[in-house]
Amino acid sequence: MPLAWLLVLLPWAGAAALGFLPRERVAALANCGVSGITFLLALLLLAEPQEVTGWTRLDALNLPLLLLASLIGLTTAIYSLGAIADEGLDPRRLRAFHVAFQLFMGAQALALLADDLGVMWVAIEVATLASVLMVGLHGTPAAIEAAWKFFILCGVGIALALLGTIILYLAAQPVLGEGGGLSWAALRAVAARCDPGVLNLAFVFLLVGYGTKAGLVPLHAWLPDAEAEGPIAISAVLSGLLLNAALLAVLRAKAIVGAHPEAVQPGALLLGFGLASVLVAAFALWRRRDARRFFAWSSILHMGLATTGFGFGGAAGNLAGLLHMLGHSLTKSAVFFGIGAAVRLRGSQRITDLGGLCIAAPRLGWALAIGIAAVAGLPPFALFASEYLLVSEAAAGHPWAILPLGLGLLVAVAAKVQTLQALCFGDPPPDRATGKVDWTSLGPIWAHLLLALLLGMVLPGPLRAMLGEAAGVAG
Amino acid sequence: MGFGQLPYDVAHLLGGGILLLSFMLLYQRRVAAVVSVLAAQGGLLALAAAWQGFVQGAPQLYLTALIAAVAKAVCIPLALRWTIRRLALARGVDAALGIGPSLMAGVALVALAIMVALPVTTAAQALAREDLAVALSIVLLGMLMMITRRNAILQVVGLMSLENGLVLAAVGVAGMPLVVELSTAALVMVLLVVAGVFVFQMRERLDSLDIALLHPHRGERE
Repeated sequence: MPLAWLLVLLPWAGAAALGFLPRERVAALANCGVSGITFLLALLLLAEPQEVTGWTRLDALNLPLLLLASLIGLTTAIYSLGAIADEGLDPRRLRAFHVAFQLFMGAQALALLADDLGVMWVAIEVATLASVLMVGLHGTPAAIEAAWKFFILCGVGIALALLGTIILYLAAQPVLGEGGGLSWAALRAVAARCDPGVLNLAFVFLLVGYGTKAGLVPLHAWLPDAEAEGPIAISAVLSGLLLNAALLAVLRAKAIVGAHPEAVQPGALLLGFGLASVLVAAFALWRRRDARRFFAWSSILHMGLATTGFGFGGAAGNLAGLLHMLGHSLTKSAVFFGIGAAVRLRGSQRITDLGGLCIAAPRLGWALAIGIAAVAGLPPFALFASEYLLVSEAAAGHPWAILPLGLGLLVAVAAKVQTLQALCFGDPPPDRATGKVDWTSLGPIWAHLLLALLLGMVLPGPLRAMLGEAAGVAG
Repeated sequence: MGFGQLPYDVAHLLGGGILLLSFMLLYQRRVAAVVSVLAAQGGLLALAAAWQGFVQGAPQLYLTALIAAVAKAVCIPLALRWTIRRLALARGVDAALGIGPSLMAGVALVALAIMVALPVTTAAQALAREDLAVALSIVLLGMLMMITRRNAILQVVGLMSLENGLVLAAVGVAGMPLVVELSTAALVMVLLVVAGVFVFQMRERLDSLDIALLHPHRGERE
């Protein structure tokens, strides 16, 4: 069996096993164990040949995302080891959480790995269903409303993505012949000879379908609610992993359609969605009072920025987009770990209730402050590097885009700095308890921030080469 | 293969029938009747899949047809009926958009689907492109139903009729890999299970399936 498949099958086997573990602590430790082994296996992928095996492929485009996903899976499992007891879940729901978490991890790994577009679709579908379960886990009316919205909107989005996949096959079928399959590599090779009209239709459906899952404006309505409910560990993996998997699917579709000279320019559509997301999210950030919703809107912003990068296209634009995806996953999940720890201390998600963390819980407060600065795109973290690349690419090739892009970036940075001050500095609310924060929260935050710093400051040579190659794959 | 030849005519008839049932879903005034129409649509979809299997000589499509017949024509409608009876749900359809305007919007959507699908697919086989236009219409009508109905159960029905359109599109394209049909069928089952969980919890918590009651819980709480 190829090593890559283990990355999918191991979490799924873990999910099956975790369903039968009655003891809470044992289950949480086993969850960490499964995620830890998955991460080690993902590291071994670096030595594997980059090729297509059956329905999956390993290339420079998905390898960094896979490594990152398994790392965030591990840190999230470690975080939830300490945090899950405070969520107040009964044993049945706790088991459901662990099962759904590993099911999700396997499915999103498959979505990243898939070469066959049908398999990719099924994987994103399974990942969605698992995350719907996790969002609705608490069973409160607000959680059910969020899960219902998530389920209905993403159900429609996924259905449209399947229609796009079918139409893509319809376009390729006269060239491929019957039984040609839905292999991305094969489709991309023949795309130039397909009918451009059908390709356009397919791309529109794929973009709208997977774009819903990636949280692009105006298809984003489910994201803030979904990330505000459910155990906080879920917000970290939703922001960090699910959005990336969906955006990668959009990229794969773009690479196919972009290979045809007369088809619609996929970059222009991506630019439209991306810039709309940046602007809407930047202004929406100012009106948020709930900390988790605030950072969910920030995810919409960052997905918009990455999409804008891919919309610019070319080596530099794609590189900026990819780096932005990686940096966003690392920093955003770090912030969600910090917010989660703060919410456990204070028992509220409102920004005003969480204030003054640097005085009340200094170790957490400072970690969160640095994390929010990193998410805001301040130097020297990875998001600053990618935003710099993005703006310079805009200046070089698309000067008209500087105004909306710059406006969105400035408005968003200002909103985040304001929230940073509200959360971390100032006086803590008097009636709120203070307490200690253990290593299961602080360890993952610092690990992520360190990596984001590394990505932003030095960008190691082999990784740079891999990202450069990936930018070529993305077309 | 074109108009006047049996394979094409029967496929067209079945596709048209499914589209007609999508319109019928829009004008029912009772939830139980909506479920019956959904069952009929599932049955017709099974026939369409079986016919395509026969015409294309693709035996795996018979499996798709069987899954559609068992799940969509029998099991899911029975489960929905049971849910409605067991929970003594409101029998009436609560529509955000009246029946007349819904039907007019439906006609407009079908016209849109035809205008979009037919011109761009001139190179494809006649059967595939007609099928695509019909399937796209069914997908759009399913979305219309999800938008214009307030009951949670009717939104699920809308989603399922949308899925029916997808399966019709998938079986109409010769040589479409099996994985997609199977996954579509599996999806519907899973969707319903997940939906069922929510439906039951909504009943427990809110004593109604009208999702308008959930709206105070959305967005940011004060």
